[in-house]
Amino acid sequence: MVIQQALNSLQLGSIYALIALGYTMVYGVLRLINFAHGDVFMVGSYAALFLAVSLHCPLLVILPLTFIAIGLLGVVIERLAYRPLRNAPRVSAVITALAVGLFLETIMLATIGPEPKKFPALVTTTLYTFGSFTTTNLQIMIIMVSIILMIAVDLFVAKTRTGMAMRALSWDKTYAPLLGINVDRIVSVTFGMGAGLASIAGIFVGLAYPVIDPYMGIMVGWKAFVSAVIGGIGSIKGAVIGGFLLGAVEILSAAFLPSTYRDMIVFGLLLFILLFKPQGFFGLPVQKKV
Amino acid sequence: MVKNFLSAVSLLGTVAGIIVFFSCDKSDSIKIGLNAELTGSVPVVGKSCVNAAAMAVAEVNARGGIALADKTVPIKLLVEDNEDKAESAAAVAQKFVSGGVLAMIGPNASRNAVPSAVVAESNRLLMISPWATNPKLTMDKKYIFRACFTDDFQGNVVAAFIYKKLGLRRAAVLFDVTSEYNKGIATVFKESFVKTGGTVAAFESYSTGDKDFTAQLSKITAAGADVLFLPNYYNEVPLQIQQARQTGFTGSIVGSDSWGSEEILKLGKDMLNGLYFTTHYSADMATDKARKFIADYQARYGSRPDDVAALTYDSFGLLFESIQKAQSRDPEKVRAQLSSLSKFLGVTGAMEFRSGSGSPVKSAVVIQIKNNAFTYFDSINPL
Repeated sequence: MVIQQALNSLQLGSIYALIALGYTMVYGVLRLINFAHGDVFMVGSYAALFLAVSLHCPLLVILPLTFIAIGLLGVVIERLAYRPLRNAPRVSAVITALAVGLFLETIMLATIGPEPKKFPALVTTTLYTFGSFTTTNLQIMIIMVSIILMIAVDLFVAKTRTGMAMRALSWDKTYAPLLGINVDRIVSVTFGMGAGLASIAGIFVGLAYPVIDPYMGIMVGWKAFVSAVIGGIGSIKGAVIGGFLLGAVEILSAAFLPSTYRDMIVFGLLLFILLFKPQGFFGLPVQKKV
Repeated sequence: MVKNFLSAVSLLGTVAGIIVFFSCDKSDSIKIGLNAELTGSVPVVGKSCVNAAAMAVAEVNARGGIALADKTVPIKLLVEDNEDKAESAAAVAQKFVSGGVLAMIGPNASRNAVPSAVVAESNRLLMISPWATNPKLTMDKKYIFRACFTDDFQGNVVAAFIYKKLGLRRAAVLFDVTSEYNKGIATVFKESFVKTGGTVAAFESYSTGDKDFTAQLSKITAAGADVLFLPNYYNEVPLQIQQARQTGFTGSIVGSDSWGSEEILKLGKDMLNGLYFTTHYSADMATDKARKFIADYQARYGSRPDDVAALTYDSFGLLFESIQKAQSRDPEKVRAQLSSLSKFLGVTGAMEFRSGSGSPVKSAVVIQIKNNAFTYFDSINPL
């Protein structure tokens, strides 16, 4: 029972963590909270559905293809919606992000329709029973692939030149360009990676919970945002830890309390952490020069 | 002054004319009003309702009408469209009140039936709704009846089905606690199943829109239940079944009439095979009465009757039976007969009204999902 619930938490947590990475990376370089991110995740799920149903692609093709397609969508959204507002007040950018999210939702409602769609089972599920708990190859795959992706993102940011440029930009956006960093290119790469990771989460949600609809991104997007804030927005390690923590809190509260309390506990936790640790677990305290 | 006097006289004259007109009309037929959703968002419901009503009335009139003590009186059906709007439905009820009908059949949807019932009750108009399942419709009302069972009532039926037909004793429930429908059925089921002698091993809830039920389902599996009851909507049920199987639940799964949309077959596919749910009616029911009704309807309209048609037909059946028993066209006498009608055998099964309630105790249909289609399995009679 305990191991069972731990596995359930890991599966849900890895999905939150993958989406939270996008929030945190974009915030890191631009100080922008990209509220359209949850809807990018939803579009990712639909893109995978299209590849699977209309083009009969296998999962191994769908994963990279969706990552690239939705990554490009992220780049385009940034280019069209956020770049013209980069020097505008933060509030304008946040409102634009909300509008982009609504735009993505309504375009899906208009073209595909509001009725829930069945996501095809791309892997044949096998059930493994070990004494008191049961798991599936799907659950193991979701957890493993997510962890590999998170390690890859961490290595990318820590070891590559582009990653170094990202960190520099996040550290100081006035001086980074003076060192020869192409700000537009780095911002595009960041958006592309964030959107790509969200689309992978979209595929995993489709596989694990195979009924998808155009509103699926709203709540999941909020929860992932909460994960990013709990972990310390701007910190990659924080987003991952925050995602897993949130997954565990949700599963445990549903397991031991009536489930109506679950969202209350999740958002209550956010409030509590913000009260005592406003910068989250791994975020750096912001020092403003006077 | 003179002008005012003249207009008052002419008004009086008109009113008198109307009264005379209606009283003439009354003598040779029994008028029944039909308050149906002919236009609006559910025109299919209105169409089935009118079709079945016309058929029920035509059958009686073919025999000359209803045989009362002194003479046989034909039925006159008045059809009005409520546009699937609460205010129009209430206005139609008002129109029937002033039109002097003996009873009103309809509206069908609860959102129209509940406001119409308020008008009907305060004007002592006998009303039978074929299809409205909201428990509030007949609560504390004397003149309001329905031909279908209420949402909550299905909890009793499912409990009886699991205990008697499936022979299972350890049940678990997973339900949406934020929706009245799901919560009502789940609560009634728990009470009823425990009273019958079974055990409810786990009683778990979630909120509308949730996608992950693994925490609750792991608990259900660990509690060792042999059957899982999911009184939830068709778009969530496939997810719940899949996750139940993935957490190692191997028992049977049963649902309620919220499963009864063809969409569930598209979303759920093979994993639904062999599972059961309860509902009002099935187009392949096998009782004599149902078989005759389905054949007649098909001959007359060229399509298979749906649940609204069957329940409308039964509403008329209930009303005709009560008029016959009362041997009168006095609404009070007919109401008295209807409220104590027992063992009425309709198309949708046996039904009776008990202890002053306008909601019948009646049998429900169990559908089994086989080869990606709904097939009639059994009728459960809690009488």
